[in-house]
Amino acid sequence: MLFEPGFFASDPVQTALIIGGGAAVVSGVAGVFTVLRGQSFAGHALADVSSAGGSAAFLFGINPLLGFLGMAVLAAGAMDLVGVRRAQERDLVTGIVLGAGLGLTALFLYLDVTTHSTTGAAISVMFGSMFAIPPSLIAPALAVGAAALLVVGLIYRPLLLCSLDPSLADVRGVNVRAVGLLHLLVLSMAVTLSAMTIGAILSTALLIGPAAAALRLAHQPVAAILLAIAIGLAATWGGILLAYDSYDWTPGHGWPVSFCIVTIIFAVYLCTGLAPRPRARA
Amino acid sequence: METGQELLALDRVSVTFPDRQVLTEVSFTVNRGSFCGLIDANGSGKTTLLRTILGFQAPSAGRLRISGARAVGYVPQKIQFDADMPVRARDLVALGLDGHRLGLPFPSRAKTRLVDEMLTAVDATGFADQRVGNLSGGQQQRVLIAHALIRRPKLLLLDEPLANLDIRAVAEIVALLGRVCKAHGITVLVSAHDMNPLLGVMDQIVYLANGRAASGPTAEVVRTEVLSALYGYHIDVIKVHGRVLVIAAGPDELPLHEDHHIHVAAVP
Repeated sequence: MLFEPGFFASDPVQTALIIGGGAAVVSGVAGVFTVLRGQSFAGHALADVSSAGGSAAFLFGINPLLGFLGMAVLAAGAMDLVGVRRAQERDLVTGIVLGAGLGLTALFLYLDVTTHSTTGAAISVMFGSMFAIPPSLIAPALAVGAAALLVVGLIYRPLLLCSLDPSLADVRGVNVRAVGLLHLLVLSMAVTLSAMTIGAILSTALLIGPAAAALRLAHQPVAAILLAIAIGLAATWGGILLAYDSYDWTPGHGWPVSFCIVTIIFAVYLCTGLAPRPRARA
Repeated sequence: METGQELLALDRVSVTFPDRQVLTEVSFTVNRGSFCGLIDANGSGKTTLLRTILGFQAPSAGRLRISGARAVGYVPQKIQFDADMPVRARDLVALGLDGHRLGLPFPSRAKTRLVDEMLTAVDATGFADQRVGNLSGGQQQRVLIAHALIRRPKLLLLDEPLANLDIRAVAEIVALLGRVCKAHGITVLVSAHDMNPLLGVMDQIVYLANGRAASGPTAEVVRTEVLSALYGYHIDVIKVHGRVLVIAAGPDELPLHEDHHIHVAAVP
């Protein structure tokens, strides 16, 4: 049976469907611009750094959403402050920020394990635990998602122009740096939502995978964004369904939701590689 | 239309960076509706000059005036469009109209008509729905020109639009720019390292060397005496088959002492 009994009635499933869906939508939108701007590595770094906030929140018992988001925004600000223009240097700074963030994560997770005498935090922060998200997080998560979409809706055209070529935007009076910073902010919100659902380490998959697949298929920006959202939603909800059903396939334990979601994204991306690509110069 | 009037006037404009002086007392005027070539054979400040005209770079001395130009259209130097960029030629042209605006773009019939008009004006209708990253260099230049023209600027600046194009594409882009200038009355300022492709359309030339400029009708500027004074050492200007060759004798040759009719500051 596709939908096992109790799938839609289960509270953890409902929470996972809602927050996971929100994460997929925001990641689809932010992901397309992130891939276009060549900032996939920055996206991954923000997610890794956000895990320091998530593990600290676990340690001090504060709202995990605030923990993830706070650290991601701090890291985005740090990357912008350094303000390097050369791609190679940017990768260097991103890598160093990433390393520092993961170092903090190691510290907080160690303290989590020793003070709470549980290893759950590490798995939950790094690889997600979708069926364990408290329903009280639904409202703040959707608020963060709505704020991210609002920002993208506001700066859509200047952001697209900057992503095409900063000098084209510059000459039209667009504040290229402000647009870049707002994009990093949106990226922080996207990775926060996906870090909370499929985990900090795997959030890159939800950010980059659907966007990269959509960019292979769509020929105009709006179509690419809508397609990325659709692929992200299909993978997230499909993964939740798969994980739920898997309890019946391997009695005693199911498969991790994050594994199911990431596997679907990977499969979709591979399939888009089979589609004809009009790469040749006309 | 008021022809023969100055649209752009530079009066002894100098630009100094902390480590070097890029432009030294550059003076020239560009008349409305004229086609001006900004020739800079060895990269001595044309991009800085264009950035100064665009207002991105403040002159450290001198004055620059653009009379009544509401909008300046600009085609930047060598843009690399990724083939993965899901932006069609017509999307890029539309962004020329409203790319700086906030909020989501909503399609309108007037906007579509204007974009189509621009695509037709630059002969780009044949590839209007292809990704810009998949177009050839000449095709991308056409689309960028339409992007810059859609707001109907009085002045169109282009930074090395002929670089990296094959001979046929060079001829096509020059013809297109000549048409933009003469048929639409738009003042065109094109930078190039080689003046030859532009000889047929240029009304005037601004020749940059050592951060200084000589300007005027092409035949008056591209002469042995003028260019030698500009470079500070002997230059041969040779005309072969309607083409102009500028050959430097080299800085080791005797420096010139004659006083020429253009004012050139002391050689640094």
